[in-house]
Amino acid sequence: MKLADIVSTEKKATRQGFGAGFLEIGEQNPEVVGLTADLMGSLQMQHFQKAFPDRFFQCGISEANMMGVAAGLAIGGKIPYTGTFANFSTGRVYDQIRQCIAYSDKNVKICASHAGLTLGEDGATHQILEDIGMMRMLPGMTVINPCDYNQTKAATIAIAEHYGPVYLRFGRPSWPVFTAPDQKFEIGKAQLLASGTDVTIFACGHLVWTSIEAARDLEAEGISCEVINLHTIKPLDEEAILDSVSKTRAVVVAEEHQRNGGLGDAVAHVLVHSLPVPMEYVGVKDTFGESGKPTELLDKYGLGKKDIIWAAKDALDRKKK
Amino acid sequence: MADLSKLTELCVQVRRDIVRMVYNVQSGHPGGSLGCTEFFVALYGAVMKHSRRPFRMEGKNQDLFFLSNGHVSPVWYSVLARSGYFPVKELDTFRKLNTRLQGHPATHEGLPGVRVASGSLGQGMSVAIGAALSKRLNGDPRWVFCLTGDGELQEGQCWEAILFAAHHKVDNLIVTVDWNGQQIDGANDDVISLGNLPAKWKAFGWDVLVLEEGNNLDAVIRMLRRAKRRTGKGKPVVILMKTEMGYGVDFMQGTHEWHGKAPNEELFNKAMAQLPETSLGDY
Repeated sequence: MKLADIVSTEKKATRQGFGAGFLEIGEQNPEVVGLTADLMGSLQMQHFQKAFPDRFFQCGISEANMMGVAAGLAIGGKIPYTGTFANFSTGRVYDQIRQCIAYSDKNVKICASHAGLTLGEDGATHQILEDIGMMRMLPGMTVINPCDYNQTKAATIAIAEHYGPVYLRFGRPSWPVFTAPDQKFEIGKAQLLASGTDVTIFACGHLVWTSIEAARDLEAEGISCEVINLHTIKPLDEEAILDSVSKTRAVVVAEEHQRNGGLGDAVAHVLVHSLPVPMEYVGVKDTFGESGKPTELLDKYGLGKKDIIWAAKDALDRKKK
Repeated sequence: MADLSKLTELCVQVRRDIVRMVYNVQSGHPGGSLGCTEFFVALYGAVMKHSRRPFRMEGKNQDLFFLSNGHVSPVWYSVLARSGYFPVKELDTFRKLNTRLQGHPATHEGLPGVRVASGSLGQGMSVAIGAALSKRLNGDPRWVFCLTGDGELQEGQCWEAILFAAHHKVDNLIVTVDWNGQQIDGANDDVISLGNLPAKWKAFGWDVLVLEEGNNLDAVIRMLRRAKRRTGKGKPVVILMKTEMGYGVDFMQGTHEWHGKAPNEELFNKAMAQLPETSLGDY
């Protein structure tokens, strides 16, 4: 597992990966049904809808009802996938998810696009940065944020095989594709992308690629980074975290989310109990986003390559003291 | 036709159960529970095809019921127990630590008969619609029933659901509104007026039935059967069922005061004196 082996030859949006995976799982599993709240095209669900019109329900702009209808479909043995923006998949319908899906243990897959700052120009009203926190607090909820097109496609297929509520988070922009097209997605299993000895960089979603780029620069400066994709935020692969950190004893966690409540907090929760070491967060610092281009926003809000590099150096400095 | 006199006796026993359950733990919601006793007894005793044991979540080829106004759990639990879903003596555990009979209905503890948690209002109709769609997809010809409160219709999600069901022609669904005109803070008309409910539902594309005598068992049974005959015609069906909150216990009747209040010993005895013992026996 070396950084040099990681190659990206094209860019595609993770939401396109969802659309492709959704069609594929629809073909494989007749119990899979789809729902959207007037965002079929944005989530690329039209492929499924065209193939299986009877198994697809347009809900209109009414996300609360959509979550309840999905719970009802699950009672009848269906595997409903709801599709809307991450903001409207979580904060807007938290109580519906809490009561009718999580507490009632319904097999609903909450598929959420346009998460985080990389939604871009639409601005802070739509750039949810709290969704991972909200979803991982719910008992029984599985929370997944895959890193690229191929992995989002694979995750979309894999969650149908897992019984229970799932929050699947992905995004809007074209983003480097670097994981294998035919991968088998394992829920709850960390993905080791590059082995290293000085510092471990854990990341999820779009920032996995940014972490790889940061690790390459750090490597050029003689700092050996282990890069691990924690695509499943809950249940967290604690064994993989402890295995890596017991070797590197310095940690960076990078995510397109608030520092409060996200992947960083999830990792810290493991480490503070079992293996306290210097750790740095790369995430949004308790503020809302704004309009702008995705990469401009990531830079402005401290989620860029340089921020991961600085965080790694800070963690290393603290380790040496 | 189920024996009406037996079901009438069951109504009295269910009311005794409700008052005892709420009195025993000094908490719970007697008013709404007493008001829709006839509805529950009619539904489980004379209208629905349903299997008690084993209870299966998916309810294939069964009629399904969803309670949206989950706070009337005492009446539901009593009717479920007395329909054979779980032992009647379990009613004694209502709202106590480690019970399956949670304050508001839940699936978490595995209580037979409950398919989704409810209590946070305005959500049950959506779930019932999903279950009805699922039956349609599965080629299952049975019905889905749902009870919702009237005050609950102040929740926006209800109207999302009402729009959705009409648009998608969910015509294997019968929703009943417990139209008692009361909610926690007072009369609907004083809290937030619901206006002309029949006209509203009609305008949203539903087949609307109004039942004036929601505390007349025979009338409730006949109305539910009539509603079944109205299904399958491209429209969801709603019964606007006028009931009296607290029905059967004079001092609880027709007021919102007993929405979520338990009687003291004196009032408990007074209530029980108005509900004669039945051959079914207390739990």
